[in-house]
Parts: sequence; C-alpha cells; structure tokens
Amino acid sequence: MLYRENGQFKTTYRGDQQIFPILQDRTAIGLVLGVAFLLVPLAANEYVFRAILIPFLILSLAALGLNILVGYCGQISLGTGAFMAVGAYAAYNFMARVDGMPLLVALLLGGLTSTVVGVLFGIPSLRIKGLYLAVATLAAQFFADWAFLRVPFFTNNSSSGSVSVASLSVFGMAIESPVSKYLFCLTIVCVFALLAKNLVRGHLGREWMAIRDMDVAAAVIGIRPVYAKLTAFAVSSFIVGVAGALWGFVYLGSWEPAAFSIDRSFQLLFMVIIGGLGSIMGSFFGAAFIVLLPLFLSQVPALLGIPLSVTIASHLEFMIFGSLIVLFLIVEPHGLARLWATGKEKLRLWPFPH
Amino acid sequence: MGSFLETLFGGLMVGMLYSLIALGFVLIYKASGVFNFAQGAMVLFAALAMARFAEWIPKLTGLEDKFLGNTIAFALAALVMVVLAWLIQKLVLGKLVNQEGITLLMATLGITYFLEGSGQALFGNDIYKIDIGMPKDPIFILDGSFPGGLLVNKEDLYAAVIAAVLVALLAIFFQKTATGRALRAVADDHQAAQSIGIPLDRIWVIVWSVAGIVALVAGVIWGSKLGVQFSLSLVALKALPVVILGGLTSIPGAIIGGLIIGVGEKLSEIYLGPHLGGGIEIWFAYVLALAFLLVRPQGLFGEKIIDRV
Repeated sequence: MLYRENGQFKTTYRGDQQIFPILQDRTAIGLVLGVAFLLVPLAANEYVFRAILIPFLILSLAALGLNILVGYCGQISLGTGAFMAVGAYAAYNFMARVDGMPLLVALLLGGLTSTVVGVLFGIPSLRIKGLYLAVATLAAQFFADWAFLRVPFFTNNSSSGSVSVASLSVFGMAIESPVSKYLFCLTIVCVFALLAKNLVRGHLGREWMAIRDMDVAAAVIGIRPVYAKLTAFAVSSFIVGVAGALWGFVYLGSWEPAAFSIDRSFQLLFMVIIGGLGSIMGSFFGAAFIVLLPLFLSQVPALLGIPLSVTIASHLEFMIFGSLIVLFLIVEPHGLARLWATGKEKLRLWPFPH
Repeated sequence: MGSFLETLFGGLMVGMLYSLIALGFVLIYKASGVFNFAQGAMVLFAALAMARFAEWIPKLTGLEDKFLGNTIAFALAALVMVVLAWLIQKLVLGKLVNQEGITLLMATLGITYFLEGSGQALFGNDIYKIDIGMPKDPIFILDGSFPGGLLVNKEDLYAAVIAAVLVALLAIFFQKTATGRALRAVADDHQAAQSIGIPLDRIWVIVWSVAGIVALVAGVIWGSKLGVQFSLSLVALKALPVVILGGLTSIPGAIIGGLIIGVGEKLSEIYLGPHLGGGIEIWFAYVLALAFLLVRPQGLFGEKIIDRV
C-alpha cells in the first residue's frame, strides 16, 4: 500500500537509470542518511561509538571491497587481512616519513599501495581458479604477517611491528572525539559506497559479473579476463586498503600485525557471505550482523543471570557463533540481502497479496 | 653434506605428518566436494578427546596397564569422531546439498568455530600430554659414510612409520573392500553412484568418519610431539599448501605434496632463512605451492580442469 511504484513514470533516461528508481526508496535512504549524520551524533554515547558504530562502519567498508572481488567477480580471497594490513602500514609510513602529509592523502596512498600489492597477488588468478585460488591467496596473508613482523623498513623500524599514530586532523579539524571519528568514517564510507554502487552498475561491473558467472563464456563474447580480473583485484584491494588504514588510524590508534591476522580475513568473508554475495547493501547487513553478534552473545549470560567463568563463556561464545553461522547458511544461503529483497517484494503486495 | 641430509630427513618426517592432515582434506573433498576447513579443528578435537580419555580411564577404572588404557582411549576417541561425522552429515551437510562450494566452505568454517569452542569447553583448555610410549631419544645412522653419522629423531621415525601404515591401510580399504569401492564410485560420479543404489548419505558419513579417524591419528602423533593445545588446530593451515600442491582430488598427491612441502620448508629455513630474517617457513610453503600451481593449475596429480561453455 505504501511501497509501490504505481504512477511513477520515467520520462528520461536519467530517471530510468537512477540507483533508487522508486520514490519510497529514495525517501528511505535520505532518512537513513539524515539519521546517521544528524540524529546519531546527538543521541549515541561514547560506548556505542567506540564498540559498535565505528567498527561497523570500517568493517562494512572492508566487506564492501571484498564483496567486489568475491561477490561480483567470483574470485574467492582469504587474504583480505593482508590487504588491510598493507593499507594501514603504508598509510602509517607516508604519515611518519613525509612531513605535513594530510591524513586523507595518506589514507588514499595507503589504498593505492594496497592496490599494487593486490594486483600482484591477483596475477595467479588468471591461471588458478576456485578453491585452489582461495588457498593460494592465503600466501598473501602469511607473507604480510611475516613481512610486517620481520622487515623493519615497513614498520619504520619499530620493534615487532607495533606502531601508533598521534593526533589526526582533516582540513584543520581535529579527529579526536568519538563523534568526529564516527562522522569521518561515515563520510568516507558513504562516498565509497556510492562510487562502488556506480562502478558495479557500469560496464566494468558487468564485465566482472560475466567473468563470475562463467569466465570461458565471458572470454568468448569478448571480455578480457586479464583486464576484468585484475581491475576487480585492484578496486577491491584499494577499498580494503583504505578500510585497513581507517581501522588502524581511527579505530585502533596503535596496532601490530596481529590486528590483521587470518581471523580478520575469515571475519570479512563471513560478512560478505552472510550479508549476500554481489550486493552493496549486503556488505552493510553482514558487517552489522558480525559486529553485533559477539557483543550480543557476550551480554547474554549476564542478562540471564547465569554466572559463567570467562573462559567457559568465551568457549560457549565460539560454539554459539559457529552454530549460528551454520544455521544461517542453511536457512538463507543467499544472505541477508536476499531476505531484504524478498521482504521488499512482499511489501509491494501488502496488504492484498492476491 | 651431513647437515644437508639431516635437514632432508627432518623435512621428510615433517612432510609425512603434513600428508596425514592433508589426507583428511582430500578424502572429504574427493567424496563430497566439500573443502573441509574444519580438518584442523577436528585434529584438535580428536587429540583433546584422546588425551583426556587416556587421563580419565586409569582414574575411573583403576586400570594400570598403560598400553591397554591408551588403546581404550583411542577407541573411544575414534567413536567420538564417528558420532561427530554422523552429526555433521545429519545437521549440516545434509541440509546444504547442492549449494555452491563457497557456502560449504563457510559452513565448515562455522563447524571449525564450534569444534574449537566445544572441544575446549568439554575437555579443558590447558596443554595436555599424549604419552603413547614413543621413544624420545635420537639415534645416529650411517656412521660409516659420514663423520659422526646422521642425527635422526627416533620419534619422527616412528611417526613416519605409523603414517605409512595408515596410508597403506587406507589404500587397502579403498581398493579391496566393498565399502571402499562404493566410496570410489561416489568420488567418481555422485549421480551415477546414486543411480546404481549406493546410499550417498551413508557414504558421506563413512567418509567423514574416516577423515575423523585420520585426524585422530594425526592429532595423536602431533600431540605427542608438541603437546595437545589450541595451536594444534593451526597445523591444518600448514597442510593447506600440501593439498593444493598435490591436487585436491588425489591421495598420492597429498602424500608426495606433503613430502615436497616438508623438505622445501626445512631447506628454505636453513639456506634461505638467514638471508631473509628467519621465520619464513609458514609463507614459503604457500609460495612454493603457488609457483607449482602457475605451471599446473590443478596441482601435481589433480584431475585436469576442463572448462566447458
């Protein structure tokens, strides 16, 4: 009744090609952005910013990057943590070694460095496919773990790869308080989400999807697999690299290589699968699910009033997390984005389904 | 020359143990197309079960004989792994038939979390010892050919023998028994196997059980070497390059791949490590596998991948 495109006629090509062709969608997204930019900074407290909102935003950016590679181009990667690490350490190096380097430029340069590394590790994807590629991308992960621990150049000669950044500021505004950090991340995430959405709607995104669906057939109709796969690796690792730099600079402040371990890679892959492969919106759903679930699980024993020792509680958390993941995959293998789409379809017919 | 051969032997021994873990991956992938990331967690779970059963049985029953106690503990742990296999098939994989490879992979990652949590919740999270009476003293061989002879760990030698026996048993099981023949049929072609009356469900339970028992043996050997603790589940990450190097579908590939990775790792650590700052073992194996795959994308012995439009 409320959600229906009746009467919304498209009279121009521009109108026909909008990201959100339905007026109600545009209103909704406007409302969400309004709440995120205006209402949340007023309402949320410091804990919510630090523990939920900032990690959620940064991880959804990383999941977005990974989704381009796995969801749109079909190249499974288990080395996302490595590309985040490259972004973070490269940005750190640019900040530390170049005087007066602006934060934004350092973040983008970190992303660009990550792009180069991503393309390098993407080259094997031209020959190696499927699960073989997934395991092969672990090479990037372990190599990065090792390099940032052992090679002093990458970490500006700090011991065991632990580095920290001091005061952050953009255009003369200090990014110190949780609110300013939140707004900074939010802005970057919005910009990247818009860019990514437009990219996957364009010819590049269609090439990626053709490669994903069947690479031989795509090559036959004139799509260059080399170009398509490597651009997917490049774009994906750029976004992941920027997310890694944000994770280090804004969320952690000081970090060591373990912050970008293989667990991070798996966590991001979970977000992409649970959120929905090949969906920009899905990356956000997946990130929200994976960020909130452990927080929720750690609260449950206290809420129920069951006294549990810390170790038992953490083991139980592991068990429940694992079983929920499995349960989720069984119930909805196509992810939250599919649930969302089904919900919207249902809503269009509501309340008269026939 | 002597130190080179020593390293070579060390590498072969470690490689044999990698093969054991890789074998579990290959068995499951071949029969059901599931890339079982939980193999490492299964090794940990099985080793924890074995270690704690071996500890509990003498306490509860007053059994003195160590060999008998260990045997019962091993049998019980094997039983646990079979039950686990049945549960995994019933509760997880049975519901995920016909899903894409990556979804199955993620499901096994979920199983990994579950096993790591439940294993430590049930059996405790300290470091436990498995004592199956393997001799710890080193021996010297080939005294005649080299000054001082070659130092070989007896424990490694025993482990390699156990691994070889297990592989031989598996080979006999696969080649000579009716169940083994059914397993090979399923591995070849699911649909054809089903159409001639082989029950897929049961076969998959059997395969997961066999993989679970292989994991148990691997866990016992690694556990008696390093102690049973959480890090045991990370050994599987070292077995992954073995699997892709040998080919996901090949049992001989898992063994030869394991030997290559084991030797390559040790030699690189000795001869390349000092130049690069040490600790290169973990990524070297992956880079080695990657380089191999660039030449043969299906691994050494994997089935040739044919792309059809």
